[in-house]
Amino acid sequence: MTAEVAARTGISTTTRFSPAWLAERLQGVVLHVAVIGLTVAWMVPAAGLLISSFRPFTAINSSGWWTALAPPYNFTLDNYVKVLQSSNMGHSLFNSFMITIPAVVIPITIAAFAAYAFAWMKFPGRDWIFLALVGLLAVPLQLSFIPVLKVFVSIGLVVQNWGFVGVWLAHTGYGLPFSIYLLANFFRALPSDLFESAEIDGAGTLTVFFRIVLPLSVPAVASLVIFQFLWIWNDLLVALIYVGGTASVAPLTVTLANLTNSLGQGYNLLTAAAFISMIVPLVVFLTLQRYFVRGILAGSVKG
Amino acid sequence: MDLSLLLTDVPTLLFVIVAVPAVLGAYIVGGEFLVRRLPDRARGSVRPWIWVVPALVFVTAFLVAPAVGTVFTSFQSHEGGWIGLTNYQRQLTDFPTGGAWIAIRNNLYWLVLYTLFVLFFGLLLAVLFDRVPYESVVKSLIFMPMAISAVALGVIWKFMFWYQPADAPQTGTLNAIVVNVFHQAPKTWLTDVSVNNFALIAAAIWGITGFSMVILSAALKGIPADLLEAARVDGAGEITIFRRVIFPLMMPTVVVVGTTLVIFALKAFDIVYVMTAGNFGTDVLANRMYKLLYQADNPGGASAVAIILLIAVIPVLIFNLRQFRAVEARR
Repeated sequence: MTAEVAARTGISTTTRFSPAWLAERLQGVVLHVAVIGLTVAWMVPAAGLLISSFRPFTAINSSGWWTALAPPYNFTLDNYVKVLQSSNMGHSLFNSFMITIPAVVIPITIAAFAAYAFAWMKFPGRDWIFLALVGLLAVPLQLSFIPVLKVFVSIGLVVQNWGFVGVWLAHTGYGLPFSIYLLANFFRALPSDLFESAEIDGAGTLTVFFRIVLPLSVPAVASLVIFQFLWIWNDLLVALIYVGGTASVAPLTVTLANLTNSLGQGYNLLTAAAFISMIVPLVVFLTLQRYFVRGILAGSVKG
Repeated sequence: MDLSLLLTDVPTLLFVIVAVPAVLGAYIVGGEFLVRRLPDRARGSVRPWIWVVPALVFVTAFLVAPAVGTVFTSFQSHEGGWIGLTNYQRQLTDFPTGGAWIAIRNNLYWLVLYTLFVLFFGLLLAVLFDRVPYESVVKSLIFMPMAISAVALGVIWKFMFWYQPADAPQTGTLNAIVVNVFHQAPKTWLTDVSVNNFALIAAAIWGITGFSMVILSAALKGIPADLLEAARVDGAGEITIFRRVIFPLMMPTVVVVGTTLVIFALKAFDIVYVMTAGNFGTDVLANRMYKLLYQADNPGGASAVAIILLIAVIPVLIFNLRQFRAVEARR
């Protein structure tokens, strides 16, 4: 183990101050410079916007964000205050929650039932239907918009009458293939002795599902919840199609996209608006990153 | 913000997130209750359907049936009459600048550049980060753009690409570098047709590299340490080890990530919509479909574009299915 660590960090047991030791040290330094340099470069775009969002309007327009890093410091919360007063960001934040929460809860509940059947029950066509779901992961959602929209309009299931019901239903349909795929794979990996001994003890299907399968699957369900939450929270296309840009119903992504097109030169407000839209996903991401990564690793075919 | 809204919408929200799972739970419990009343032999064949039917209904109603409907719409005029392949003809006319050709060309740019660069950066970062003790911190930082929306990402990069006339101080990061470090004239990154597609793709690469890095890094850690140790003992250099040992072993993962990226590239929409709205020769198929549907009120043309998109995805889809069956066969 120590040999491995030594090899990886580029430090070995070579005699100190020998040419070989110096070469290895130098290699280590180059490695750290490369890693830190790449990471810093990667952070520049986001850091630039974050710093700009705290700069006054006149400063943003007359000098680059990097000049704010040197004294005299001149930061303000004006942009945030103004964007919350003048645009719809507060309301949109609320709409985003209204759209996202049911669109996470409903498909995952339905998917858990289906995934259990796909994993542990036998029925004709099971493997073929599952294969079809895997195929659907790659199919562009664009293919479904026009007919679904026509049906929604003809039965009056539009935002004005039904609020967000239409977009909840649509997200349920769109989220199911991936959710079933991820959960079924996890359920299948549970040891089969578990099911056999439960059956011997006389436990019914419901008991097995609610008392054994679900409690054991908390990590899988958690990563799926985070995945679906971020996916819907950050979605622009489905929201544009089924919700539209009307101020009272638009989620954050749609409002921010509208601001981008309308503000033009007044882009100091845009900086603050962009960060307001990122707060929730960043908090979710930073607190639950472990589960998010696990979800990505489990289902890397999500389309 | 109008607070009266909270009084009507919050109860709706609470109702939905409590009532819907309750109804679904009641359905499953009720279904099981009925199944138990059936004769022994029928139980096993009825029960699975009770569990899968809600999912199948949603998938059929929102994905399968509409996809078939879109195929039909693509052969119809605005009024609903059959017009054969006319919609496709209009999309595929006047090569190379008419119809959907610009969008198809740009999707090809996305497909090649986005996929290759994301794989390259993902692999590079995974390998480099694997060797430092603060790996988890730098990985989180690279991965963070995954959490934000493509709209916010578009705003971030609009700033990077910001243009001011040559006599004004450059406030955009890239133009400041172009002017102050390379002493060139500032570029209009998003409207200059010689660079704008690559500018959009670069922004997208920045956002998704964390995804490929995380998956490739997991694959890298799956390579047995004694294997690398043996290669080192045999005197292989780090680059040889990467080329001869690490890369071949990671190939299957690279392929899986690559196919996912190809699908992302073909479906590219948000970044284009936010940063250029598909103007200045940056259109892509998904954006063209949206424009045809909403701005041109041309559902037939939009459907034809959607079908072109589907045809482009089919090879990846078939590949994914084969991959899946191969994995199943190994179980």
